[in-house]
Amino acid sequence: MKSKWMLIAAMILAVAMVVSLGLVGCKTTTTTTAAAETTAAAETTTTAAAGTTAAAETTTTAAAGGQSIKIVWAQWAPADYLQKLSEDFTKKTGIGVTVEQIPWETFVQKYNTEMIAKSDAWDIIIGDSQDIGTMATGGHYVDLTQWIKDHGVDKSMTAASMTAYAEYPKGSGKYYAVPVEGDALGWAYRKDLFEDPKNQEAFKKQFGYDLGVPTDWIQLLDIAKFFHKPDKDFYGISIYGDNGYDSMAMFLENEMWEFGGDIGNQSTYQVEGILNSPQSIEGTENYRALFQYTPPAFNDAFYVKANDAFTGGKVPMTCNYFAFLPALANEATSPYAKNTGYFACPPHKAKDGKTYQASALGGQGASVVTYSKKQDLALKWLEWFIQPDTQMAWAKLGGYSCNVDVLKSDEFLNATPYNKAFAVTLNIMKDFWSVPQYADLLKTMSADFGPYIINGQGTAKEAADKCAADWTQIFKDAGYLK
Amino acid sequence: MARRSNENSSTLIQYRALQDQAILRMFILPTIILLIVINIFPLFYSLILSFSNFTAKFPLVWGKNPRFLGIENYIRLVNDPDIWHRFITTAKYVVLSVGGEMILGFAFALLLQIKFKGREVITTLLVLPMTMSPVIVGLMWKLFYDPNWGMFNYLLGLGKIDWATDLKYNLYASAIADIWMWTPFVMLLALAGLGAVPQYLYEAAEVDRASWWYKFSRITLPMVWPLLLIALIFRTMEAFKVFDVTMGISGRGASAPALLSISLYDTAFVTWKTGIGSALGYIVLIIIIAITNIFVKYLNKAKQ
Repeated sequence: MKSKWMLIAAMILAVAMVVSLGLVGCKTTTTTTAAAETTAAAETTTTAAAGTTAAAETTTTAAAGGQSIKIVWAQWAPADYLQKLSEDFTKKTGIGVTVEQIPWETFVQKYNTEMIAKSDAWDIIIGDSQDIGTMATGGHYVDLTQWIKDHGVDKSMTAASMTAYAEYPKGSGKYYAVPVEGDALGWAYRKDLFEDPKNQEAFKKQFGYDLGVPTDWIQLLDIAKFFHKPDKDFYGISIYGDNGYDSMAMFLENEMWEFGGDIGNQSTYQVEGILNSPQSIEGTENYRALFQYTPPAFNDAFYVKANDAFTGGKVPMTCNYFAFLPALANEATSPYAKNTGYFACPPHKAKDGKTYQASALGGQGASVVTYSKKQDLALKWLEWFIQPDTQMAWAKLGGYSCNVDVLKSDEFLNATPYNKAFAVTLNIMKDFWSVPQYADLLKTMSADFGPYIINGQGTAKEAADKCAADWTQIFKDAGYLK
Repeated sequence: MARRSNENSSTLIQYRALQDQAILRMFILPTIILLIVINIFPLFYSLILSFSNFTAKFPLVWGKNPRFLGIENYIRLVNDPDIWHRFITTAKYVVLSVGGEMILGFAFALLLQIKFKGREVITTLLVLPMTMSPVIVGLMWKLFYDPNWGMFNYLLGLGKIDWATDLKYNLYASAIADIWMWTPFVMLLALAGLGAVPQYLYEAAEVDRASWWYKFSRITLPMVWPLLLIALIFRTMEAFKVFDVTMGISGRGASAPALLSISLYDTAFVTWKTGIGSALGYIVLIIIIAITNIFVKYLNKAKQ
């Protein structure tokens, strides 16, 4: 009798355990502490511990109807702005909006993993522009081509932003996103240091021209050299060094473009002779030269470290994506906010006699998730987002609108000290490859160029030749090249 | 009557035994199901995928994604100089970290054999690193290693060495953190072994005026060796697969130590080359099994 009851108890326990484990396994992942132990071992990065506890998930207050949508974006200030902006959408429609934020280091991987699992955790993904090829080819994003044409988005947003953030394949006229955050590399500098009469005199004596906002990349190097005084714990420049994702690759491609080189022909997929051209190599050497004037331990410097070096009073100038520059203009986060100036990536006269000017594109577009059960609500949100007054409000909050009219307006240009530089940058921004193999290309570029740029191992030519060969193989494997 | 009664009671005993068996099986059934779902099925599925070009980021279409490639993935990996470089770096890491853990762990165990006041408290404190999450250990050591304000350089007077991301040093940085974390594991096993050594052997050696070295090499080490070997097996297997501590200290990318686990992670979860990632995983598995088998043979010999 006792054994019979034990048998029944054992059966109930067994079934309960299997069912509960199955339910736990089905739960969609928000970045909780438990999620850090899943196969998305990407959470084990430098900011994983902070990211898992800080994954912001505030929700605008939905009306009594209780409808809501979930948007996922990287964990940064623009996501906070978007959350705030969406309160207006909720007021107008009664639909609650949650902007879930994932640390940059694990953001792309996290949403890739969710999409592979066909998860409906989010209704909208504001994904990285490079990833649009992968997401579109994988069928994870809804084709928005007709929607975009019907709502005139291709006319209201800048052509460059539509191509970069929404279109795949490039030039096909097929769209999978609506541009949300325009972004590219920009610069901030200490006006007080640049305008200091003693510095100006000493600089002129050393280099023979006036100290000011650099007008080319050799001047940038001269300025870094001038200010570099490690014995006084002050260094020449703050630029990216991290090669875990795309930061090094972004600065490197920028350098290559500035010196008249390129990362390849994005129509024919040819890289040999372009990525390792003398001009591209010269750009790479300039990156290595600049990197020697960064503070110690910049091998893993991305946007946080780049900004910290500036706000910590360690460098006279920093390069960062425009999305991160508001922190430098905010007196609460930068003691030098009042003395900070901004400029777009300077042009450069290359050895071929032509002047080049470029800025590595960042930025993201909002895409509707194929597996979302609330696509209609998601499209409603997009419809609200593209409205001109919403776009202006977005720009005023700190987001970088891609709306043509907003970008031309005096209101936008004068809204912040860096918007003028941003407006210049929007006309010179260029993108990395957005093919499905882009992660492979980024990883290879970082692995091949990283040892040279960070540690001075080998030569720029060796690194470029290796990367060109590796990329050619990747494109051959993908069937783009024969 | 008595015979029937005996038959009845023996049947009853058999019936009860069978019921006990059934209960036993029911209790372990969830674990078996879990094992099959989480371990066995993925093991075979990934083996199949390792012979294909499958990439998880695109929809599953048999014949296209995945497409059968034979042993092409394995050939490519074996011919890749970067993979060989990573094998060698991983082997270096294993030797450094496991060697350090074995020496320090055994040394601590020997010291803790001496009876002194507060021995139990010291033992507990020494075990604490092992109880921490590997990710937290990595992040903590990353802060220690910071060249600008980290304690490591400051206390050792080493200037501004960038332990975390300088390729000359970051392998040692990860090994040091690993040794710090897992020395207590070896220490505990060694303590268990040392505790089981019969005292009369030492007494007999004392009577024969044996030296300290003689007692250590002829009594202590042979008696503790099986347990040390178990520690060696476990730590070698783990060190080969190390990922979380290294990731916490150096991240990914070209500034991270060139370890196999990081390459595996990048291949499988960054570039989503599931097929070739599976192949690399199997190569690592075979190597670990081979090394473990060698150690287990020695263990069996030691037990005899």
